[in-house]
Order: sequence, then structure tokens, then C-alpha cells
Amino acid sequence: MRDPPVSIQIRGNQTVSNETVNDLNIEAADLLNDTVGEYELSQLDALESESIHIFREVTAELERPVLLFSGGKDSVVMLHLARKAFWPAPVPFPVMHVDTGHNFPEVIEYRDRTVEKFGLRLVVASVQDYIDDGRLSERPDGTRNPLQTMPLLDAISHHGFDAVYGGGRRDEEKARAKERVVSLRDEFGQWDPRNQRPELWNLYNPRHRAGEHVRVFPLSNWTELDIWRYIAREGIELPSLYYSHRREVFERDGMWLAVGPYTDPKDAEVVVKEVRYRTVGDMSCTGAVESIAKDVNDVVAEVAASTITERGATRADDRMTEAAMEDRKKEGYF
Amino acid sequence: MSTLLRLATAGSVDDGKSTLVGRLLHDTKSIMADQLEAVERVSADRGLEAADLALLTDGLRAEREQGITIDVAYRYFATPNRSFILADCPGHVQYTRNTVTGSSTADVIVLLVDVRHGVLEQTRRHLAVASLLRVPHVIVAINKIDLVGFDADTIRGVQKQVSEVAAGFGLTDVTTIPVSALRGDNVVTRSEHTPFYAGPALLELLEQIPNADSPTQEQFRFPVQYVLRPQAAAVDPALQEYRGYAGQIASGVVRVGDRVSVEPSGRPTTIAGIDTADGPLEVAFAPQSVSLRLTDDIDLARGDMIVAADSAPEPTREIDAFVCWLAERPLKPGARVLLKHTSHTVQAVVTEIGNRLDLDTLGGTPATELALNDIGRVRIKVASPIVAEAYATSRRLGAFLLIDAQSAATLAAGMVASTTVEEPEPVNWVI
Repeated sequence: MRDPPVSIQIRGNQTVSNETVNDLNIEAADLLNDTVGEYELSQLDALESESIHIFREVTAELERPVLLFSGGKDSVVMLHLARKAFWPAPVPFPVMHVDTGHNFPEVIEYRDRTVEKFGLRLVVASVQDYIDDGRLSERPDGTRNPLQTMPLLDAISHHGFDAVYGGGRRDEEKARAKERVVSLRDEFGQWDPRNQRPELWNLYNPRHRAGEHVRVFPLSNWTELDIWRYIAREGIELPSLYYSHRREVFERDGMWLAVGPYTDPKDAEVVVKEVRYRTVGDMSCTGAVESIAKDVNDVVAEVAASTITERGATRADDRMTEAAMEDRKKEGYF
Repeated sequence: MSTLLRLATAGSVDDGKSTLVGRLLHDTKSIMADQLEAVERVSADRGLEAADLALLTDGLRAEREQGITIDVAYRYFATPNRSFILADCPGHVQYTRNTVTGSSTADVIVLLVDVRHGVLEQTRRHLAVASLLRVPHVIVAINKIDLVGFDADTIRGVQKQVSEVAAGFGLTDVTTIPVSALRGDNVVTRSEHTPFYAGPALLELLEQIPNADSPTQEQFRFPVQYVLRPQAAAVDPALQEYRGYAGQIASGVVRVGDRVSVEPSGRPTTIAGIDTADGPLEVAFAPQSVSLRLTDDIDLARGDMIVAADSAPEPTREIDAFVCWLAERPLKPGARVLLKHTSHTVQAVVTEIGNRLDLDTLGGTPATELALNDIGRVRIKVASPIVAEAYATSRRLGAFLLIDAQSAATLAAGMVASTTVEEPEPVNWVI
């Protein structure tokens, strides 16, 4: 039985001129309907095929790929596509988690269960280890997302990985809008945005010199809404915190941060809210959004109606400067 | 819910491309409140009166500092019927490289022309690139019509000029739309100011335009990307003997039971099965990613190609091609490079450089080398046979990259003009 369609208006009603336009009203049920004509691929099927093509192409040309897996929704979808690309063979590369140590327990539980279920090999690059032995020091603001770069680069060179699959999407952030699908990193892991290889047709060039590696983004052309529609279509399981739940939170810079071992709210600030997470990262700087979206269909409708980008809503670290993401990417961040 | 259309935009400096892209994104509600706020904040910091929508796409620090667009930016928007991937190609710096890159994947290219200036040198070049790259549909948006008072004669004059230039480049499917990106006329909704124009608004047209050619019109071509032989590691013990050839269908349709041949060996065989992780298929078509099983036990590897038996292209060791040179160091005859064609990478030598293409006329001038952003005609010998077709026949089988074997840099975008070069034809710019 299908619920009656809910009429929602996609995105906001901001205007940049005095010209009014027709609202694009989309039925929620339409967002989940994926049927098209004969010999025609639906948008999700076209994106899926492109991602599978990228996985097979880069994996065939290089020696030691690895897939970055955090338990976040994008990395979960990426892993799902990798399993499809090589079926009935197992995924022919390990997965790596760059662990900030500031984890949501349900995400770590999900990570370990997924690795077990699909018989994957997990490599963990631990920020905590680097802090414990003094190679890294805690930042005054307590966030560890920017500290992930050094353990990531060390793990890449220690294991000799030459292709690193990441779940970055071009719609996420303006520096990522200019990123290639296959993106070269020099031997210091640096990205040079002014000197990127042209990327033509579907002919990817992952070759590189010794010591260099490529970052590969199979989800480049997916939007947040595509990811959610695909999760709904494929019935992909996610960590529970992506769906509405009651949690103790407190407000910082307009975001709801979780009360936990890595945050230090004043007692008077703490409130209990119905929230869910739109992104998953360092618990100390990833914000929750107020939401009553209990299941994936609710989330699809909510994301379609959202007027704020997921990073704008949930990432303190991306708000630091106008080019915060570009600067971190240049240094080798994912 | 929807199909996917790949779109590229290009234009000259100050023709209002950023405004048009901004309007498409804005009017399809694809700009989020926080993105718009950020743009407004930066615009105000710079003393601008209105939000500069170019800042939405000029994401890099250097671009913001210099107020220019350096690189192709990818943007996403959707209507109820269609999702769009927009490759926004900047007009000034490295425009050839950027327009070639954006055009290579585009189903549609939207070129902007300022109605007050008509067809400029750069418009001609963009039309030439669209022709050379065989973008299936070309839309020319004649912009700023509000600035000429929506004058029908002026607009018709520019339309005529565009049609003549486009026809000169052999472009047949060219649609012109009079628009005002700033005011929104004919962008998302039809304008009441253009009673002389009976066609659709730009977004309407983009929603209706058919995707590239229907797969049923093309020959089946399947470059083998990856051999799937899981043996003991199979995800299901019943599949330990599995042997499938994974790839993305480059063109056409394939059915179980189809007679095919395996190139370059030319061995005939039959499709035994079409597999995906979601189960077997009876029929598959471009651009699906699938895995094919064959009835005969043939030793196939990455770089081989499975093709319809009745239309197998002749493998070749020499091609005649157009290349767009993308490297700082010029291309000279005798250059040793790698050539990547579908899933096949081979050693190659550029034996001859013919003419350099003059993008203003699509005429040629004799050249001894090709510099950065030059497009020229060359002959290339490859170390082992490739299964190529003319780019005019197949964008997928006619396209290739030249790669520097040492630095691994991508040196050139190539398009096969001819695979039969026994009799060297005089270089003649028939495109």
C-alpha cells in the first residue's frame, strides 16, 4: 500500500530578481519513481553505470586501490557500487577509515558490522595514535577533521596505495565543483587546482609517476538527493543516526552538537531534541538537524525540500573561511 | 522519475553566461539559502550592489581573487522530468581546452551570444568546437534582448547570422532562442516580449530534447574493461566457475543469443548471458555497465572488444585524426606517446602533422608542430591494432587520449578522422 503523495515544494523561495517563476512542485512519490521508456536509462541508472565504469577502469589500470570508508552515507553508497562493479568477485581492494577518535558509537558499530558482513579488509588510520605520540596536537577548537590529513597521507604511503576512492561529490562544495573524477596528488599528497588534467569523454587517465597517487571520486556527479533516492531504491542500510531520534544536544554557531565525551556544554545549554544527521564526521563538530524523518522515504522528501546545503547545515569546519575546503584539499585532505 | 541530460555552456567574455547559469540554477531552486547568503556576503564585501552569481561557480581561491573563471565547473539542477549535469566552460583562459573538455561529454551545448554584438570570433570558435566534437544538439541563446528593446528585426538578424555560420561548420541541429538571462525572458518561462518567437523557453527545450541517438540505431560495441573470474573467492560458491567480461556498452543493444565477434582477433562467438549484480538480463543497451558471458571459451583480456558479428570494424595500426593539443611542450612529428582508446592503451608514434586548424574558418594552414590549444590533423601509428571507428560514426569508438609515457600527463584529446590510411589523402578540412 502506498501512502497518498505528499506535495512538497523543492528548496527555498529566495529570489535574486523581482521576476516570479512557477514553483516546481514535485510529488514525493515521484521522487522515488524510477521508470523510463524503453532503451532509456533513468537518471539513477545512468549515474550507477558511470560509477561502476569508473571503479572498473581505475581498478584495472592501477595496482593498489583503497576505498575510504567512514560509515557515512556517501561512503556506504560508494561501497555498494564497488560491490556491484566486481560481482560475483569480491571487492578487490581494502577499505580504509581515517578515524578521528571522535566517533559516534553507532557509526563504528555499523562500520565493523559492514566489514564483517562483506568480508572486507579494513585499514584504520588513527588520529588518536598521532595525538598520543605527539606527531599531532589537539587544535584549540577541539575539532579533529583537519587533523586527518597526516594519518591519511602516511597510510597511503605506508601501504603503497596508488588510487584512493573517496565519496566526494561536486555538488557538496564549490572547490569540489572543479574537481576531476580522477584527480592527481603529488608525492606530498597535494592537489594543484590550477593545473588539473583535462578529463575528456569517459576516458580516465589514472597514470602517475612513482610516489604520486590519484584520488578517485566515483560519486562526482551525484547530488545529495540522488544519494538518498538511491539508498531508498536499493534498500541500503545506514547507521541509525541518519534517521530521526531523540538526543541530548546543545547549540553552537547555529548548529545542534551532540552531548558526548568530546564536547563540553554547560548543563543549562543541554536540551533534548528530535534530530537526525545529514552528514557523519567528527562528533565534536558535526551538527544534527531537527527532523522528524523516521525512514528513508521521509528523508528523501526532507532533503528535496531543504533550503540549506548539507555542509552549510552541519559542518563547523567548512565555515571557517570562504575557501576552507580548497585549502584543506590542497594539503591532501579528501 | 527522470532521465539525465549532460549540458555544456560556453560564451564570450561578458555575454552574460554566469547570469544565465545563475538563473537556471536559481529558477529550478537549485541554489540553497546558505550558498546565496555566502555569495551576497562576498559581493557586499567587494562593494557590489547586487549578488554576483558568478561567485556561485567560481569556487577556487585564485578565481575569486582575480575575478576570472579558470576551470570547467560542474553544477547540478533538476526539473520534475529531468536531471541536468551542467559543465560550465569559461570563456577567457584556455577556452579551447575547456570547451573541448565540456563538449566531450555533452548531449547539448548552449552557446551565448550578445544580441548587440552578434556572432563574434569566439562564437565562431565555440561553434567550430561543437562541430568538431559532434555535440548532438547546439542551442544558441541570443542574450540581452531587453537591451535592444526586444526588437524583432535585430534579433532575427542575429539568428540569421548564427544559422549561416553554423551551417558553414556543418551543424544542422542548431536552435536559436532569444533570451534575457537577467530578466528571465524565455529562460524558464516563455516571454510575453517576444511575440515573434514561437518556440519554447530554454529550460522547456532542455527538458524535451532527446538524449543522444537511440541505442537501437547504433551497432553493438563493448570494450572489455575487466575480466571477472572470482574462482574460490566468489561471493557465492555456486559462482566459482564464473567467467564474465565486464564493461560499459559503448553503443547499441545486445541480447542473449546474439552472434558477436571478438576483436581484434575476429573470432566469432555467441552471447551466453548478460549479468549484473541485480540479476541476469535478456537485453542490455548503451550506456549500461554489465558483464557478458560467451558460449565459447575464448581468452579475452582488457582492451579487447566484443562487437556485433555483422558489423565488425577492421582493426587498424594507423589512424588519421584530429588532436587538440593540451600540453605546454609542442607536439612534433616523431613524438612517442601512449594512446588510450576505450579500455585499450597502446604505444604510439605521431608520424606526421598535417594542418593546423583555423577555428575561425575551419580551414587549415600547414604546420610543423602543434602548440598548446592548437587543433591539428595528424597521422598516428600504434604498436598493436586498435578497433577504432571514425569519430563521425561513433563518439565512443572515435575518441582517444594521448598520454605522456613518462610524466603520465594527458597530452591531447583525439578524434579519429579515418582508419583507412593506405592512400594518404591531401589534408582537406571536411568535417
